[in-house]
Parts: sequence; C-alpha cells; structure tokens
Amino acid sequence: MNKEEILKKLNAVFCDVFDDDTICLTAETNADDIDDWDSLAHISLIAAIENEFDIRFDIKTALHLKTAGEIADAISALL
Amino acid sequence: MESLQYPFDSQLILRMKKRFRRELLSEDVRRIQKKIAILGGSTTAEIRSVLELFLLDQGIEPAFYESEYNSYWQDVMFENPALLSFRPDIIYIHTTSRNLRELPKMTDSPEVVEHKLAEEYESFRVMWEKITQNFHCPVIQNNFERPSLRLMGNKDVSDIHGKSYFVTRLNQKFYEYAQNHPDFYINDIDFLSACFGLEKWNDPFYWHMYKCAPAIPAVPELAFNTANIIKSIFGRNKKALVLDLDNTLWGGIVGEDGADGIEIGQETAAGQLYSEFQSYLRELQSLGVLLTIDSKNDMENALAGLNRPDSVLKPEDFLIIKANWEPKDRNLKEIAEELNIGTDALVFVDDNPAERHIVRSQVPDAAVPEIGEPQDYLTTLDRSGFFEVTALSEDDMKRGEMYKANFQRTRQQAAFADYRQYLLSLEMKAEIKPFSSLYMARIAQLTNKSNQFNLTTRRCSEAELTQIAADPNYITLYGKLTDKFGDNGVVSIVFGHKEGEVFHIDLWLMSCRVLKRDMEFAMMDELVRRCRAAGVRTIRGYYIPTKKNGMVRDFYGLHDFVKVSEDETGSAVWELAEISLYERKNTVIEVEGE
Repeated sequence: MNKEEILKKLNAVFCDVFDDDTICLTAETNADDIDDWDSLAHISLIAAIENEFDIRFDIKTALHLKTAGEIADAISALL
Repeated sequence: MESLQYPFDSQLILRMKKRFRRELLSEDVRRIQKKIAILGGSTTAEIRSVLELFLLDQGIEPAFYESEYNSYWQDVMFENPALLSFRPDIIYIHTTSRNLRELPKMTDSPEVVEHKLAEEYESFRVMWEKITQNFHCPVIQNNFERPSLRLMGNKDVSDIHGKSYFVTRLNQKFYEYAQNHPDFYINDIDFLSACFGLEKWNDPFYWHMYKCAPAIPAVPELAFNTANIIKSIFGRNKKALVLDLDNTLWGGIVGEDGADGIEIGQETAAGQLYSEFQSYLRELQSLGVLLTIDSKNDMENALAGLNRPDSVLKPEDFLIIKANWEPKDRNLKEIAEELNIGTDALVFVDDNPAERHIVRSQVPDAAVPEIGEPQDYLTTLDRSGFFEVTALSEDDMKRGEMYKANFQRTRQQAAFADYRQYLLSLEMKAEIKPFSSLYMARIAQLTNKSNQFNLTTRRCSEAELTQIAADPNYITLYGKLTDKFGDNGVVSIVFGHKEGEVFHIDLWLMSCRVLKRDMEFAMMDELVRRCRAAGVRTIRGYYIPTKKNGMVRDFYGLHDFVKVSEDETGSAVWELAEISLYERKNTVIEVEGE
C-alpha cells in the first residue's frame, strides 16, 4: 500500500470516527483542524486505525502521533 | 438498531458510535430519562459513550455524571457536591482488578492475607453503605476479572498467596453482599472477560497509554452487559418468546417428514442440540418468560411434533399456539394482543432469515435476533439479555399460570349475560395493605413497568419505596387479588402523602391483567378509609399524560373526584373535596379484614 492509499483509507476512518463526511486529510492535518479531536477521541481513533489496518502501535509511537501524515508513516512502517 | 443487537460487531460500534448516536437521537421514539453516575477506577469516557448507545436503543435516554479518573471512592466518601446535586437514578461503580491495592505477597502470613482481604472488602462495603444512605438508588458494581498474570502458575488459583485466589474470594464476598441487598447488582465482568479473552481484555497497551480498563475493543461487551442490567431495573425486559417450530424447536419439517421423521431427542447429534435448546426454553419459562408459537404449519402437525414423547416442551407449555398459514407478523401481533402486552415485549425466534426480515420490517419494536445456526441458538438467546433478571419476584415465576387462568376467565365471561354476575362468579378476594418488605421487589417492578393504567408514571427503586413506606406522612397500599381461577399476585399500587388535611396521591397504578374487575374501586375504598382515619379531609389526584396512559385520563371522575385544573399538556388535578361524602363503590370483591 502506498502513502496515498493509506491516507485514503485513513480518511474513511476519520470520517466515521468524527461522523463528518467533509473531512479531507492532508499530511499536515492535526487536532487543531478537527474540532472533536481531543485526547479522548484520540483513543477511539487509534483503536479504529489499528482495527482497520490490522496493526498494533507500540506505546511510544502511539503517544507521538500528532498529524495525519505521522499516522500514515507509522502505519506504513507496520505494514 | 440492528448494529446494537447481540451478536454485534464491537469494532463497528466503536468506529461508528457518533453516527449511531445521531441516528438514535433522530428516531421518533419516546424514551424515559434517567440519570446515571459512572464512578470509575479507570478512564470511563469510552464506556460512557457506548453505554449511551445501548441505553438509547433500549428506550432510555441517559444523562451522565462521570467521576474524575480513579476517584470513585472519594466521590462517595467525601460527598462530592457535584455528585450529590446530580441526584443519580443509578450509580455504576466501574472498578477492575487494576484497582486492587492490597494484593497478597509471597511473604505474607495467612493472617496478613486475611487482613488484606477484609480491608479491601471493607473499603467497598463502606462505600456502598454510604451510597444507600445518601442516594437511595440502585448500585451496579463490577466484580473482578481474573488477573491475567499467574505468578505461581497453576498454584495461583489455590494458594492463599495467589492473586487469582484472592480475587476469587473477594468476588465471593461481593456476591454475599448482593444476596442481602436487593438494590445492589453485580456486573459480571469475570464472565465477560473470560468470553472476550482475558489477555485481550487486560491488554496493557490501553492501561498504560490511557488508563483504560478493560481494553477499548472490549468496551462494547462491557457496556452492553451494563445496559442490560439498567434496562431490566427500569422494567424494559422482554416478556414473551414467539417461536417457530420447524428447524427452530426441532430439526426437519414436520409437515413433510412426519412427527416420526423430525430430529429431537437423544438419538442424533442434531436432535440433542434441539433438545438442549428446548430445555433452556423451559428454564426460561420458570423465570416467568411466556412461551408462544408462531409457525407455518397445520395445527395437527404442529401438535404431533410437540406431542412426541421425547419433546421436552409439550403443547400445554405454550400459552398460545399459532400454527397456520397467515403471515408471521400478523400472528405475532395477535399474540401480543391476546397476551395483552406490547409487541415491544416480544422476542421472535425463527431460523428462516426471510421470516425474520418480514417481522422486523412489519413490527419494528419486536426483538428479532440473528439467531445463527442451531448450535448458536442457545448462546445468542442467553447473551442477548432479553430476560436479564434483576428483581425476581414470586409473581414472575408464576406468570405462565396466571395467563392460563386469564384465558379460563375469558371463557367463563362468555357464559354470563350480566357482567356483575360474572364478577361475582369469580369469587374474588383482595388483600389491600400498606407496603410490606415481602412484596417490595414486585412493587418496585410494577412502578417501573406499568405504562397504561398508571396515573403519574412515577418510577421508583426498591430503596426509595422502602423509605416511603417508613415515612409516617405517607399512606401506601398494595392490592393483591385472588379468584377461583388462581392468584393474580400484587396488581395495584397506590401511595401518597399528607399535607395538613389534604392528601396527595403521588402514584396510582394497576396491572392491566385485572382490568374491569373493580379492583380500582376496592383500592379507593380502602384509601379513603385510611385517609379518614388519618384525619384527611380532601384528597387530590393527579393525571400526567404519556403516550400510553390515555385509558386513565378520566379515572378520578369515576370515583366522585372533580377536575379542578388542567394545563395545555393535558396534566390535570382532580379533587375529592369532602371525603366524608364518599360512598363505597366495590360490591364484588371481598376484602380481607373487613
């Protein structure tokens, strides 16, 4: 899966988790861009991403995921 | 919502929870509103949001209070004002083995281990007692899941130093407390974690990352289980099973294979599966679940199948058998009518997906589980929580007999031209007395599930009712009705409070199983008698309209009350100004002690 495909799948996860079909992720998208993306939503997000891509983040990585680009990179490294 | 029915896809729920919430809230249904305090030993935000979905789906709109992370104990013991002013209807204490402080060490003497166990238990017990004292509301308390680490290996479960042994014993103490406190309910996460997989349940990632216990993927299972207890407390259980026959209660098609050709009994593996399923249904019946049949068959064939000597369930176990060629949804609606219960109290069980589909689309409020393959029937039904037991009153166990007696009464009625003569022929006897602890479970249950013959629809917990019964300002009455066909059990509840010479009726309800038997007149006679004795001059009755209680809009008018006010919503106040002028109305029921 290339970065673009990952980002596309990731976008679908974001749309579901935040119940917002207008979300359009770029590598720079971060918590400031999405109203509901707080620390609690982050938990749901990580769980949904792990399930979607069938991966498990390690704690260190998961703690430092701030932007959609960083998340996509972390996914890519685990695939 | 289908996605929230067991067996559900937990990951889907977690991912779509916002959308599900939006969809549930946009449904045009009336829900009861309840305040639920979640006091957690871990991060509970995810639990709260998924619990909300399951409750909305069960017709309950919750408002939540959440304790700060791990301050469940402090919130209660130090009387957090925010919690006090929230006035919860239910307190849910979400603790797990992560919250145990005093676990045994290998170097501990037996006395030290005992002491730790007592300490740990005490810290919970004092908290529960404090809750009872301050809130008088039901408490739901998790038991503890088995620790996923076994320091000593297998010996951990049997040695006094073992954490597994410690947790097992602590759980035992919790259960004993539950046995002696009716408004205290165990949320069995020990079972849930075993079903889910203990290692996944205890995934340390979620604990260390966010202080979540259990792991996020286990939250829907936990929330579903908790919601089942809550909806049961508030009277939202199902009441009856509507069962298909061919390939549901036995293997094969009786109309084609003949009664000798169907699979049931101990001869074949498939036959054993169906027998086991029938045995489970019979056990449900002993809890008060009503059994009925809705089958596309000729009656003769249906009965031939059930009359096989090795069939666990016999024709007389079913209150209603619809074996015909009508659409199943029509039969199901007739069953609800004949039993005098709502279609939302029915569970339809059929192996045929097409039949499930038609019932689901025609009767959306009936439960239609995706029952799976024959080997899944038991688990699906058992885990769905349709009949979750919280208060088990004696009436529940006898419910089947009561309904049977009702059918006999209907038959008798047809033989009488004069209705009063019919009522007299029933030889009714009533017991009308102040609330007693013996019937408190049933009384609480009635306040929570009676919708139609209910003037104010006030829902009460057992603890609250106990308090009311002890208050000298209150007059409380339960009515129990027996007749020559059987005991109807406790069927009517009334209570109210005195303010000077005025008595206010806070709650008046009656079970629809005794409609048109004049029981309400016997109750009013007794209430007036007691009011007179208490120096009351005027009685005021209240009617608060809901979607379901239109039948009692003019109830007080039948008892000589005069309507003194009514607002635009239909809420009305009725008054019996001079009770000395009231005349007894009941002439057909013999009231004990008169």
